[in-house]
Amino acid sequence: MAAHYPSIEFRNTTKVFGAVTAIDGVSLKIDDGSFVALVGESGSGKSTLVKTISRLAEPDGGSVLLEGQDVRTAKAPELRRRIGYVFQGVGLFPHMNVAENIAIGPRLAGIKLTSDRIAELLVGVELDGHYAGRMPSELSGGQRQRIGVARALANDPHILLMDEPFGALDPVTRDALGKRVRALHDRLGLTTVMVTHDMAEALLLADRVLVMSEGQVVADNTPHELLAGEGGTIAQGLVAVPRDQAAALADIAR
Amino acid sequence: MSAIFDALWGLGDKLAAHILLASSAITLGIIVALPLAVWAGRSQTVAKITLGFASLVQTIPALALLALFFPILLSLRAVFGEGLPTLGFLPALLALSLYALLPILRNTVTAREQMAAGVLEAADGVGMTSWQKFRLVEAPLAAPYIMAGIRTAAVWTIGAATLSTTIGQPSLGDPIFAGLQTQNWALVLAGCIASAGLAIITDSLLGLAERGFAERKKRLIWAGAGVAALGIALSAWSLRAQDDDAIVIGAKSFSEQYILAQLVGQRLENAGYAVEYRDGLGSAVVHNAVTTSEIDIAFDYTGTVWTNQLGRRDNPGREVIYNAITVWERETTGTLVLGDLGFENAYALAMRKDRANALGIATIDDLARNAPRLTIGGDVEFFERPEWIAVRDAYSLNFARTRNFTSTFMYDALTGGEADVISAYTSDGRVAADRLIILEDTKGAFPSYDALLMISPNASQDARLVEALRPLVGAIDVDSMREANYSVDREQEKKSPAEAAAMLAEKLKL
Repeated sequence: MAAHYPSIEFRNTTKVFGAVTAIDGVSLKIDDGSFVALVGESGSGKSTLVKTISRLAEPDGGSVLLEGQDVRTAKAPELRRRIGYVFQGVGLFPHMNVAENIAIGPRLAGIKLTSDRIAELLVGVELDGHYAGRMPSELSGGQRQRIGVARALANDPHILLMDEPFGALDPVTRDALGKRVRALHDRLGLTTVMVTHDMAEALLLADRVLVMSEGQVVADNTPHELLAGEGGTIAQGLVAVPRDQAAALADIAR
Repeated sequence: MSAIFDALWGLGDKLAAHILLASSAITLGIIVALPLAVWAGRSQTVAKITLGFASLVQTIPALALLALFFPILLSLRAVFGEGLPTLGFLPALLALSLYALLPILRNTVTAREQMAAGVLEAADGVGMTSWQKFRLVEAPLAAPYIMAGIRTAAVWTIGAATLSTTIGQPSLGDPIFAGLQTQNWALVLAGCIASAGLAIITDSLLGLAERGFAERKKRLIWAGAGVAALGIALSAWSLRAQDDDAIVIGAKSFSEQYILAQLVGQRLENAGYAVEYRDGLGSAVVHNAVTTSEIDIAFDYTGTVWTNQLGRRDNPGREVIYNAITVWERETTGTLVLGDLGFENAYALAMRKDRANALGIATIDDLARNAPRLTIGGDVEFFERPEWIAVRDAYSLNFARTRNFTSTFMYDALTGGEADVISAYTSDGRVAADRLIILEDTKGAFPSYDALLMISPNASQDARLVEALRPLVGAIDVDSMREANYSVDREQEKKSPAEAAAMLAEKLKL
């Protein structure tokens, strides 16, 4: 039945914080199986928009549909258990070891994950099974975020939401983990929405890039179109940064 | 040193009572503080109000807080009936629990503020209900902080519990207060060592549990909490055999009262009664305790009852006062005034003989003329007592300074020149020993203070008890009492109140 509906749909979604309009009447559809990047500067509303999908932020106007259903028809905890979520700054529970962190989602629903399944999820993010007993404080930033991804996938979700998932990582780890997530997306047939302020990351990983500014979507293009100069001034301003860097690097190499 | 060890050995019951009181107060504190803290974590207003209240409680001196529960509980009798205890365990428990609130509350609220916002958002994001979030994330992350708060509360409570002696709850304060009054420093030290030791042991046990929570080692939590629980259980077990039928003898906090309590206690034990002592009670507390049968036997003085209980300011003479008190007690409180013991322990103003001669003072009238250049010392309650107000007004006394001392140190202050005149007690052996003169009360402003033996409404139903005590009426002359008092109060060859009581009994063939 998922085939009849877009995976995620925003209908004139609006969110206001006091005097600031964080999301200003956004309407768009995200197809099943697509990898969408939400790009924009700080305060553009991209994080808030993603949060309305799992009801971590409740819209003041309009609605959000998940596989054809208004998200408000489900109880928030049950809705969230159907969605994989990778948090900005990781958000691992510091008092639980790796295995307990990964198994938390199923545990909330009353399912106990087997150690085989935990090992499988760890392998999925390129970590050894013996990490299961470690505490988060014993891990590097990159390892922690890998655990964060494994945790998000533990419930076999259709949807993976990522809020600046790699922001705090070093470039090498960042690149490797980005590729890994894209591979998981393809293998598991996920619908992925990734919030990032890094246009290069968005262009390299996503099928479709949404550019947000002042609560509105100002560009909605494929990476190819953006690199071909489409999407308007704000989008092109963001695309210019990695393109100029690449050109400068090419000059140095010459 | 051996005196301290001997004193420590004798503290078993007090230690057990202390442990039970402190642990109950901490438990009650936890039961109240934790839900309040959870609520405060969800509402800024509640956080402000609860923390404000707990901080305010903390500014009240512990001694005053304990004492305040007496009138509070007394007024609550209108709601809960006459059976509500106003002295002893209940008021001590309530006051100490209030005291224990602040550190637990504050640490729990702090714990919540310390929690990383990302972790709390993740808890929502993975689909926790608010109960799951509380149970799986907030509570375990707050546990080490809460445990640290409980630890602080425990140490405070164990220290403050020594003060519950003053409201008639047995504790490790008993030896401290008794020792202070009789200048028995071994007893004071023993009480301090025992309560400090208890605090240190409790602190390290709870510290173990706190580390267990922080490092998530269940074994440490169980070890720390288990040993503490074992100590509490042992205390309860050791007190289980306490005889509910025991006759409770109260004593105010000075040597004469301790001796009289022992005298009566020894007599009742010979008659086959089990006896318990409540020493160190406040003067006002004693009267209320005996009239409400919280204690069975008390010693009071006609002048004290006359002014404080009957509210009288006049002085119609000792016979009239004695008879009026006997009738008043029988009719209003149902308490039996068995009789006067045969001696008077009056308030009087006393000076060093050499100083009085140098200033030419022999009467309170003479004193009044010199008062503006002199310092008067009184025991802690003297200047609030109606007797003092009556004397002050009768003679228009106006001193340069007034100073409060505990009754023991008052005499030292006089001999050391820190006070020129003090509120002495006429049965006190130190009056003669320190070569003091009692200033003549030419206007009869001080009432008489015949020592009374009072028996509570309940205990007075026991005819055999009353008969066992009747021989004490009129049997103790003031010189014998003074001698006994001095044997306890003097610096050298001090006797314990029990020894002094035995000597007194032997001398008077009681």
